Amino acid sequence: MTDKTGTMLYLDGVSVAFDGFKALNSLSIIVHPAEMLAIIGPNGAGKTTMMDIITGKTRPDDGEVLFDGRTDLTKLDEAAIANLGIGRKFQKPTVFESQTVWDNLEMALKKPRGIFPTLFYTASAADIARIGEILETVRLLARKDHLAADLSHGQKQWLEIGMLLAQDPKLLLVDEPVAGMTDSETVETAKLLKDIARTRSVVVVEHDMSFVRDLDSRVTCLAEGSVLAEGSLDQVSANPVVIERYLGR
Amino acid sequence: MLTQALFRALDKKAIWLVAILIAVAILVPASNLLLPNGHPLRLPNYAVPLFGKYLTFAMLALALDLVWGYCGILSLGHGAFFAIGGYGMGMYLMRQIGDRGVYANPVLPDFMVFLNWKELPWYWHGFDNFWFAMLMVMLVPALLAFVFGFLAFRSRVTGVYLSIITQAMTYALLLAFFRNDMGFGGNNGLTDFKEILGAPISADTTRAALFAASAIALALAVLVCSMVVNSKLGKVMVAVRDAESRARFLGYRVEYVKLFAFVVSAIIAGIAGALYVPQVGIINPGEFEPANSIEVVIWTAVGGRGTIIGPIIGAIMVNVGKSYFTGAFPEFWLFALGALFVITTLFLPKGIVGLIGQYRTLTTKREQHDRSAPSPADVEAGADPQPKAAE
Ligand SMILES: Nc1ncnc2c1ncn2[C@@H]1O[C@H](COP(=O)(O)OP(=O)(O)O)[C@@H](O)[C@H]1O
Ligand SMILES: [Mg+2]
Repeated sequence: MTDKTGTMLYLDGVSVAFDGFKALNSLSIIVHPAEMLAIIGPNGAGKTTMMDIITGKTRPDDGEVLFDGRTDLTKLDEAAIANLGIGRKFQKPTVFESQTVWDNLEMALKKPRGIFPTLFYTASAADIARIGEILETVRLLARKDHLAADLSHGQKQWLEIGMLLAQDPKLLLVDEPVAGMTDSETVETAKLLKDIARTRSVVVVEHDMSFVRDLDSRVTCLAEGSVLAEGSLDQVSANPVVIERYLGR
Repeated sequence: MLTQALFRALDKKAIWLVAILIAVAILVPASNLLLPNGHPLRLPNYAVPLFGKYLTFAMLALALDLVWGYCGILSLGHGAFFAIGGYGMGMYLMRQIGDRGVYANPVLPDFMVFLNWKELPWYWHGFDNFWFAMLMVMLVPALLAFVFGFLAFRSRVTGVYLSIITQAMTYALLLAFFRNDMGFGGNNGLTDFKEILGAPISADTTRAALFAASAIALALAVLVCSMVVNSKLGKVMVAVRDAESRARFLGYRVEYVKLFAFVVSAIIAGIAGALYVPQVGIINPGEFEPANSIEVVIWTAVGGRGTIIGPIIGAIMVNVGKSYFTGAFPEFWLFALGALFVITTLFLPKGIVGLIGQYRTLTTKREQHDRSAPSPADVEAGADPQPKAAE
């Protein structure tokens, strides 16, 4: 396969089965630094499972998963992988509901994660400014003192994107970010992600085709746990196999 | 750094609570010792150690709340840490008896003489020193919590399974402490204490001092807990409680967060146990009864978990009720306790404190409504209509 050096994320021949059902079947994907990759594919194609494997939630039965061309992610746990600089937004927005928007971001902010640094943490002026900046970017400044539980579905998605920004990761895995968003919010999200992808690697899973078109990135179509087609959105959506197994349905 | 953290811990509610506890630490002993007999405001002698005992229970409930209310670890074995702290104090008090025991052995406690032991077991050494004993009162529960927590949290045992193994832990200790050859007085435990720090253990002044010590220890526990829960680590604890795996994906080591809370909580419980023993005059394996630990959960739930004041209120109210019931209708106490728990779980998920919070937001809402009645548009634009949930 292609050279591993210089890749941000390198998956080769990754397979995993749940009770005999192959959720991923020899999946190979590469993401370069400062590159965006959009992943499309039918429900159950294994898109979320792929993210589970990258973030250490699920162990693959087989295959290679490398970060930054060298770190073997299959040997590390969730916290270690997160601290390497891999941030994840979940398909179902998961924020800390009983805490304020501000506190959610403060916990996500890239800072030492140890027990005692966390116990004795006091927000520096720079930290406060950074959280303010993120609040502005995700348009939650007015709601900073509200409980995350009181946000709308779309706002929770934005808060989670804000938490990703606060984590300042090298690689962002974003699972169905625009579900539950209005059209204008969707357009804004595409802009924001494109902006992020100028300096970081971003993997976006999404069904919304107009959103994927807005992302204007390389596209990979997954089905039944492996890559069906790769290329630009036009190339992929013109692919007869993709039409038959995904778009045509 | 440390002072900043302490300062932050001093939110208004904690200051009030600490102030009240310090006032209690002064006024209750003063009323008992200084007022003449028969004075309407004089606290009778029997009440001082009784209320002192409630304060140690409040401290135990606060300790449980730190792990359960804030970190989602439902420990059904917290009585074990309390009992171990109690045994630590008991061992010191036994060594203070000296040759005034029935067998007049200057070194060996009576039960050891009775068992024909010739020498003090190694783990009884040092307990003649008060400060060493107090160190052990904190260290031994901390060590047990550390080892137990390390194994359990690292293997990601959570929820009901964790609760069950904490019950198993206290039950195993119950059985162990029942055995005579453990060297802790077996069935009878440790009792017949004479002196603490040279003061006769059941003198009014000693009891008043023990009461004051309990109130101050509780105040310190409030400060420590409030510092922890108001810190960023406290927020992470709540995050772990609400969405454990999400906290992991943010890069927090959930097992260490839990371990920290568990160890701090065990230390507080140990100190509470150490203050309990001289006020009730005995420590025996019964303190390890699984049912005791479950009662602590009920106090905490009734008062309101996830708050600092809730478990304190719950522990005191339920135990005042218990003292009344066991005097007036002893056979009904367990039913009353069970009913209380069911009612709390069904109707008051946030306990008494939550009820007060609900009432407060209700009235403030009404006030807001009244004020804004002439011009509802003002509320839309200006006032924050979102009532902040009780913390
Ligand atoms: N932990 C699991 N246990 C059993 N089956 C799973 C698990 N995770 C995913 N699957 C299965 O793997 C398949 C792929 O799921 P998923 O990755 O969520 O698909 P997608 O995100 O592409 O819609 C589905 O059939 C799903 O039921
Ligand atoms: Mg999915």
